[in-house]
Amino acid sequence: MKDELIADAVLVSNYVKGDEGALSILITRHKQKIYSFIYSKVYDRDLTEDIFQDTFIKVIRTLKLGKYNEEGKFLPWVMRISHNLIIDHFRKSKRMPKFDNAGEFSIFSVLSDSSLDAEKGMIKEQIESDLRRLIEELPEDQKNVLVMRMYNDMSFKEISDKTGVSINTALGRMRYALINLRKVIEEKSIILTN
Amino acid sequence: MAKLYSKCPQKNDNLNPKDETVDLLLNYSKALSILRWNDRKFELILN
Repeated sequence: MKDELIADAVLVSNYVKGDEGALSILITRHKQKIYSFIYSKVYDRDLTEDIFQDTFIKVIRTLKLGKYNEEGKFLPWVMRISHNLIIDHFRKSKRMPKFDNAGEFSIFSVLSDSSLDAEKGMIKEQIESDLRRLIEELPEDQKNVLVMRMYNDMSFKEISDKTGVSINTALGRMRYALINLRKVIEEKSIILTN
Repeated sequence: MAKLYSKCPQKNDNLNPKDETVDLLLNYSKALSILRWNDRKFELILN
């Protein structure tokens, strides 16, 4: 009851002057709010304990070093420190534990990031650019069929209609386009795999 | 309304740090002293 009568600012001031008991009162007064706040973000008791501890170590050092700015209120200041430490934790772990998979099955075991990383993305771009250059080297009739089929996604019927040749001729040109591409790739020892 | 498949966090109104954690902090505070010398501050931890 007596503890409640002493304002945080007074306790902080007393602590800075050397009253260790003041810190005990401050921790007892605010520990539940701070601990619950941290737990509401990380959902892990051990981690909450660590962040709570680190928060107060920072509080103690700041107060003892005389760096505490008394303009702000004590609890919001401590909350801000713990908030920053929570952010630091997530930055380090690079993940947000939104799901508590207490059971045997973890959804993350079947989900993976299929997007290419920067290096693979660059390799893919390089391969595509090499391939486009090779296609440019093909005879005009073969190149047209290949581009219409592979890049424009046209059927051989549509290619036949557009170019005015039979479907068999279009198929033949496609076949020779691929044979010629393979020949050039082998001759020049070009690697087109990621 | 969309179904939520994530597990709801357990509501616990009585969340408190372990006594050991609080003791550690109080002991750390007692052990930490600041030495001021020539406008510089040094942290000392007493064993």
